[in-house]
Amino acid sequence: MRCFIGIDLGSTTTKAVVIDENQNVLGRGITNSRSNYDTAAAVAKTEALINGRFHLFRQALAGSGALNGSLDGFIGQLERDFRSEQYLEQLKDLEATCHRAIETARLADSNKAVGEALAEVFKRLTVEAPALFAPGAKRKSDFFRDIAGSQYLATGEVVAKEVGIRYDALLNLFDRSIIEVENRVYGDSVRRHLLAALERSFVAMPEMSSRRAQIEAPIKGVLDTEMEETYVVGTGYGRARLPFSKEHIRSEILCHGLGAHVMYPGTATVLDIGGQDTKAIQVDPQGIVESFQMNDRCAAGCGRYLGYIADEMNMGLHELGPMAMQSTKNIRINSTCTVFAGAELRDRLALGDKREDIMAGLHRAIILRAMSILARSGGIRDEFTFTGGVAKNEAAVKALNELVEENYGKLTLNINPDSIYTGALGGATFAWRAVVEEGKTAEARA
Amino acid sequence: MTNTSPIAMPAPTGSAKKPQNVVKEDAMWLQKELINKNYMELATARQNNRKVSATFVPGNLNELLMCFDFARSLPETNALQNGMRKKSGKFIMDAERDGQSEDVCTYVKADLGMMMGGEVGPTGDPMPRPDVLLLSYTGCFTFMKWFELVRHKYGCETVMLHVPYQGEGKIAPNMRDYVVKQLKETVIPTLERISGVKFDIDRLRQYMKESVKAEEDLVKVLQSAKNRPSPIDGYFGAVYYIGPIFTAFRGTPEATQYYDVLRREIEERVRLGKGPVTPDGDMGEEKYRLVVEGPPNWTSFRDFWKMFYEEGAVVVSSTYAKVGGLYDFGFRHDPDHPLESLAEYCLGCYTNLNLPSRIDMICKYIDEYQADGLLINSIKSCNSFSAGQLLILREVEKRTGKPAAFIETDLVDPRYFSAANVKNRLESYFQMVKQKRTAAMAGLAA
Repeated sequence: MRCFIGIDLGSTTTKAVVIDENQNVLGRGITNSRSNYDTAAAVAKTEALINGRFHLFRQALAGSGALNGSLDGFIGQLERDFRSEQYLEQLKDLEATCHRAIETARLADSNKAVGEALAEVFKRLTVEAPALFAPGAKRKSDFFRDIAGSQYLATGEVVAKEVGIRYDALLNLFDRSIIEVENRVYGDSVRRHLLAALERSFVAMPEMSSRRAQIEAPIKGVLDTEMEETYVVGTGYGRARLPFSKEHIRSEILCHGLGAHVMYPGTATVLDIGGQDTKAIQVDPQGIVESFQMNDRCAAGCGRYLGYIADEMNMGLHELGPMAMQSTKNIRINSTCTVFAGAELRDRLALGDKREDIMAGLHRAIILRAMSILARSGGIRDEFTFTGGVAKNEAAVKALNELVEENYGKLTLNINPDSIYTGALGGATFAWRAVVEEGKTAEARA
Repeated sequence: MTNTSPIAMPAPTGSAKKPQNVVKEDAMWLQKELINKNYMELATARQNNRKVSATFVPGNLNELLMCFDFARSLPETNALQNGMRKKSGKFIMDAERDGQSEDVCTYVKADLGMMMGGEVGPTGDPMPRPDVLLLSYTGCFTFMKWFELVRHKYGCETVMLHVPYQGEGKIAPNMRDYVVKQLKETVIPTLERISGVKFDIDRLRQYMKESVKAEEDLVKVLQSAKNRPSPIDGYFGAVYYIGPIFTAFRGTPEATQYYDVLRREIEERVRLGKGPVTPDGDMGEEKYRLVVEGPPNWTSFRDFWKMFYEEGAVVVSSTYAKVGGLYDFGFRHDPDHPLESLAEYCLGCYTNLNLPSRIDMICKYIDEYQADGLLINSIKSCNSFSAGQLLILREVEKRTGKPAAFIETDLVDPRYFSAANVKNRLESYFQMVKQKRTAAMAGLAA
């Protein structure tokens, strides 16, 4: 089947969206951008295609009626088993890479002792792996670096103490190896992992074995369907790194505008607050960009502002919004400079203001910046779509709602739970248009 | 402050001293010779017993200054020359250490910083302190403060010509009379006293005869951009073309000869159907035709230009190329009424026009040069001309229906050129123009 793919190479994360011939979203994938955009693009795309496969499994199984009533349960199990398979392969790879790294590391302890400790750490990690993907298990992140990292650090500390080597040695090996492992793309092992996962799922859900043939047939049918990468469009700061000609590259302004239009066809104004920039975009009824403004010369009022505040407060980024929601008093934070806001924050704390009230003031300060950029782009028109990582922050949304109503009256504010994929969706739609409407074919990078 | 005029082709980033592999038209070499010749005249002024004047590009009374045998320095030109030669960053920081704030016009700081370093000009040759500062006040209030600072520091003689602002968008007879009166009663007597040379109006008439010839050719060159493809870039290329006439050469036979050579060269390009010459050779296919408002960035001039020509964008007309004299709507110096025409020249400077006149002018350019839209390069440290630029943008968009975009850089402060941001916005803008064009064509077809 023909697939149209959009990849958004952002400063923090790289996102991919796959759509089909009828512009239905098949799958979405996300990964950390790391320092290597080539890999980030490949990993996000692979993830989106995998996600697309699961979408197709679900469709095929629903159509066959083989899993009446237990479709969600089975697909959920299959996905967890698949993730677990993937994780184990990467873990093995990491182990081998760490062992190789011993040769070149100058360690205080003997290589042999460290090697033995390493083997013990990975033995335990492998045993712990299934629990990580058990139903209901909570993971802080879905990126291998984060999952394996936190497991490794915790287990490594214990093992180092038990065998009497320095913990530093194990840390050193991990740091040297993780980038290499993270930058490998496991695209060709997807089929193998899926088949292995299927076996596991039948073991985990023995009640399904009686219907094995009816379940397996549509899944294998989907697996045998090639998801052809008909056309890929890249956007975001890393777009120039994509292995395609310029024809395949679109600015993220255009992609965000179109993506927001695809999500909400009534969109007239788009606000995107991402990690390092804030964009205000006006689109026409076809999703074509009419004008835009971005933050100038300074990243104040972007996602990083919140990241900085979280660091200053020694809190997690995702804890800021909920805390600000507890506010009972309006505090005005005047500084639009990220660093000065940090100073203002400490000053307010010293004056005895409550953290939640200060937090609410900071969220309002960000949105005030955005309001100014919106005003410069031509104001807010109905409907108004808010995208980007900050759109997930309830306190930011609350401040935005209040300020929009104050300045422009009551408008429809759209926020999609998948808004982080807006740019990639716009890219995928451009890819679809290029082929289906303009009859283009893929061009390699010159 | 906007304005100025340019000079020698900028060096590629990071290799200021290497002989460059840069493609230039014959006229560009001639232009470079002229500019260097003027720096030599300044360098040898003392030993040749010549007095030195300094005056600004807009409202530059060059013919008049020549009547008194002054060697002529133009401070903005010195600042931009230092910008292109990567010297301005240090000068600006020196001026800041001397007490100038971060928000002060960076031309001013680059000039003050240069003077603090001793009497050395951009070419490394001696640059004597001016004997007279001729302030022809044409709309930029910073000019007044600038010379005030220079006078305060170095005790130079100052003479001010107050040119009334075109607040109503036209030149009233009493405005012209007022300027002529000042020329007769203040400016000319002061220049006579300082130079020791008696004013001879026939000498002024003779220079003006030359001015008219050069002005005629300059207008033809700039208007050649109405052709498709445009044989010139009316912004990046034009800064070379305007060099001689906007600085120390208006009214000289050398300038007349230069513009004659230039005009022929451009006419030949038109005949051959060629596009502009860029530092990398002839430009490829002309994809976008733009009108630009605001001066270019000088510290990253070539990188900035490249962002345009690599995308096939040519600037067909710019307000900046009119900053030292607005000739394309018919004004010429008039040897029969020399003082009156100097007055009209000053009154008609682009910097002396009110917002509605600037908007009219830009709309006219978009129409006459069949441009795809307007791009505004707003200067971070320019308080005089940043005000109202968004209003211009909106109004032009509304009147012409053509898309407009806004970028921000600085004149000569290298700290305020963010290549990634500028490129991102430019690419977004070009794609937006393309998308709108495609949509408009589809609309016509449907």
